Amino acid sequence: MQPIRQIRSRTAVLPASNIDTDQIIPARFLRTTSREGLGKNLFNDWRYDGNGAPRLDFALNDPATAGCQILVGGRNFGCGSSREHAPWALLDYGFRAVISSEIADIFRNNSLKNGLVPVLVDEATSAWLLAHPGAEVTIDIDRTTLTLPDGRSVRFPLASFDRYCLLNGVDELGFLLDKLPAIEAYEARSAQLRQQYA
Amino acid sequence: MKTMYQKIWEQHEVVPESADTPAVLYIDRHLIHEVTSPQAFTLLRQRGLKLRRPELTFATIDHSSPTRTEQIFGGAPIAIESAARQISELERNCAEFGVQLLGLKHPQRGIVHVIGPELGLTLPGCTLVCGDSHTSTHGALGALAFGIGTTEVAHVFATQCLLQRRARTLAIQVSGTLAEGVTAKDLILAIISRIGVAGGTGHVIEYRGSAVTALGMEERLTVCNMSIEAGARAGMIAPDEVTYAYLQSRPRMPRGAAWRDALQYWGSLPSDADAHFDSEVQLDGAAVEPMITYGTHPGMAVPVSGSIPDNSSDPVFVHALSYMGLKAGQPIADQRVDVVFIGSCTNGRLSDLRSAARVLAGHKIARGVRALVVPGSQQVKQAAEAEGLDRIFREAGAEWRESGCSMCIGMNGDTVEKGQYALSTSNRNFEGRQGPGARTLLVSPLTAAASALRGCVTDPRELMGV
Repeated sequence: MQPIRQIRSRTAVLPASNIDTDQIIPARFLRTTSREGLGKNLFNDWRYDGNGAPRLDFALNDPATAGCQILVGGRNFGCGSSREHAPWALLDYGFRAVISSEIADIFRNNSLKNGLVPVLVDEATSAWLLAHPGAEVTIDIDRTTLTLPDGRSVRFPLASFDRYCLLNGVDELGFLLDKLPAIEAYEARSAQLRQQYA
Repeated sequence: MKTMYQKIWEQHEVVPESADTPAVLYIDRHLIHEVTSPQAFTLLRQRGLKLRRPELTFATIDHSSPTRTEQIFGGAPIAIESAARQISELERNCAEFGVQLLGLKHPQRGIVHVIGPELGLTLPGCTLVCGDSHTSTHGALGALAFGIGTTEVAHVFATQCLLQRRARTLAIQVSGTLAEGVTAKDLILAIISRIGVAGGTGHVIEYRGSAVTALGMEERLTVCNMSIEAGARAGMIAPDEVTYAYLQSRPRMPRGAAWRDALQYWGSLPSDADAHFDSEVQLDGAAVEPMITYGTHPGMAVPVSGSIPDNSSDPVFVHALSYMGLKAGQPIADQRVDVVFIGSCTNGRLSDLRSAARVLAGHKIARGVRALVVPGSQQVKQAAEAEGLDRIFREAGAEWRESGCSMCIGMNGDTVEKGQYALSTSNRNFEGRQGPGARTLLVSPLTAAASALRGCVTDPRELMGV
């Protein structure tokens, strides 16, 4: 994972609430054994009609959103399935952060593990962003702030461990592998309890 | 003073949570399937790592697997090439890394959340994870079970642990008892429509109260299964005599003195009487009616006897109804049905098939309705056939298939066509979930069966003499 310090970009906006991971990447595109190349099917059924032609009323088909690295979604973004293909597809398409007033737990976890920054904001900030597609905003991981075009900054919650991992490009597997002595000690002290799983 | 969640959490803390770092949590059981595991095996290969405890990981094939007998047992090729590739990759990965696989022809294969409890892999007090959001199902036995992403699948492979932060707790207290013709599926749809699809975000739910303890084990699995549809990663029900009776006959159970030791541990798990929950919701079980969804998320549900509400000022509601081709204020009963799907990790167990068969027995499915019955596992299939349920389904005009996720997610080609109305006993009515343009209405097996006979949405109590 690459270290991330700051993301400055115009926003693309999908105002619907409860955008589920089946919309982000429909299940039929999960018959893959790789994590690459999912961006072409991101929001596939909202992006294309039944014949594969772009739906012109969909935000990501608006040339103005080309190159946007920040996606603003309605409340409860990423609900539903645990498929990590959802953040993989968003990243592959070119997004680096998702902003919403509520972000589903598993999607949030999966995003952090891949360097897609989940930015949780209050309802008022969310409402402003949803109403102003294309706004140029700055996400600062170090300060955990989102800065709006008028210069106003709002804080967003990011656990210190997650912040550290994003800033330093640390992947959690390395951190866990360093805990192997503690894991072995746990296995020894819980051996009796764990007999039932043998 | 502790909740069941707290007790299980503390038992599994390898390193406790601190202000700076999440806890390292030990995982007792790891279930995997073909869709969310390949990239995790790739990660192991890239890092030169092995499975730390391969004996604690179990693999099955369910999402992409065909349900047509000839494609599993008859030598016919699997119709979808990418599905076949995904399946053979899992076979290769399991062989290379020493993971026990219930392969395509194995008599114990099935949907991961059906076979876990069925084989006795899921035990009270255990931590169980799977790269699948419906892992919440297993909490019905008093386990701490939750869905994870593929990167986390690799973490469990390599370390048997996960980095986790403690969730908040939500008690859902259901008093009274469910009326006849009202099922666990109706209860959980009523709960989700009450608390909303994000009502459980950040929480682990514990379902409690007389209406919950009165449920059989399979019904409890149905309730916990849909915890994720309320945004909660896990749902739990305290183990009791119902749980122990269910477990006693499972193949992988501890025996003799080990069984008695296990019982003693399990008996210590239920939340203490004075345990504090971060939030609490009360529901009257007796007031729950057969429920049905009308929109594009599981919280958009009404009683089968009710009407679609009118929230026309909400653009999301308007969009959902336009996708569904339904009108605000419309009574949901009598809505035309094209497809009926009975199965999935929510409602694909023997008791679900029995309740559908009870309604269908001796009757014919309405002309023009396609009904598909897909058992949740090969063992469910065999048990159903042993008591003649397959004959009831076939004689009624339904298709009877091999086990798998099938039309719940449509990855294996069992899909609903664009614009068709599907009454489905599964868990998600998201746009396109059962196929591009498919319109899904979630119901219980009783409502699905009754509606299949009439060809339109029907309150099952009308056909059951209730």
